[in-house]
Amino acid sequence: MSDPDITFYRLQACPFCERVTRKLAQYDLDYQSRFIEPMHSDRNVVKRISGKRTVPAIVDRNTGVTMSESGNIVEYLDRTYGTEGSDPSRTASESADGGAD
Amino acid sequence: MVDFEVVDLPETDHVDEGDTAPDFTRPLVNEEYWEDAALSDLAEEGPVLLVFYTMDGAFPATYIWNEIRDRSWDSDHDVTVVGLSISSPYEHKTLIEERGIDYRLFSDPANGVAEAYGIVNDLDGMAGVSEPRPAVYLLDEDRTVEYAWVASEWPDFPDYDEVEAALADL
Repeated sequence: MSDPDITFYRLQACPFCERVTRKLAQYDLDYQSRFIEPMHSDRNVVKRISGKRTVPAIVDRNTGVTMSESGNIVEYLDRTYGTEGSDPSRTASESADGGAD
Repeated sequence: MVDFEVVDLPETDHVDEGDTAPDFTRPLVNEEYWEDAALSDLAEEGPVLLVFYTMDGAFPATYIWNEIRDRSWDSDHDVTVVGLSISSPYEHKTLIEERGIDYRLFSDPANGVAEAYGIVNDLDGMAGVSEPRPAVYLLDEDRTVEYAWVASEWPDFPDYDEVEAALADL
């Protein structure tokens, strides 16, 4: 197994995470999923990489970006991997509460 | 150990010394998260000791991991120790925490890996549930089996000294 550039920290059945999954699939991006614990206090690995205990979070070694919150991540993926400026459905208002669980 | 005959497990044509251990990819759990990992990727980095054990929570799981933890083989030998049971990643995380083990555990609820290795143990009294019979495989970088032990009784435990001798022979 080659190491994909994107590491995706996620929680099973978390809708915010599934939103990111859909976007990764849409752009056919290779990623490695790392599943973490439902318990907030047990999420040290995410805290270490992103500074927060929320998921989803991604680390993209392509660009050196580490990011939390589904709205932010989706926007980032659109910007980075989408067709330039062709996705008018993305607005800033969507980035509000992505990281909650 | 007891004054009656322990239950014999049927003969099985399992993966044995000299064979190439079948590769597989399953969620591999550490103390913080789990991710899909291939046995071949672990083996590429050096010998692997693959320990099949009863589901987390059964007493043999506790016995086996206490013993393996205390022997800390990986500090004296170039070996990656990993376990495998049918328990879910959530249960593995609990076992790792409760037993204080430094080793990662594969999760294989559908028991497909045991099937590939020929070591399926259908559990009497738990309808529809099968798990691997206890087994220990020491693999080199090509996944060639250098040492194999497969339970022939139920319950049965690895001969830890024998495993240690096999590690010394690497």
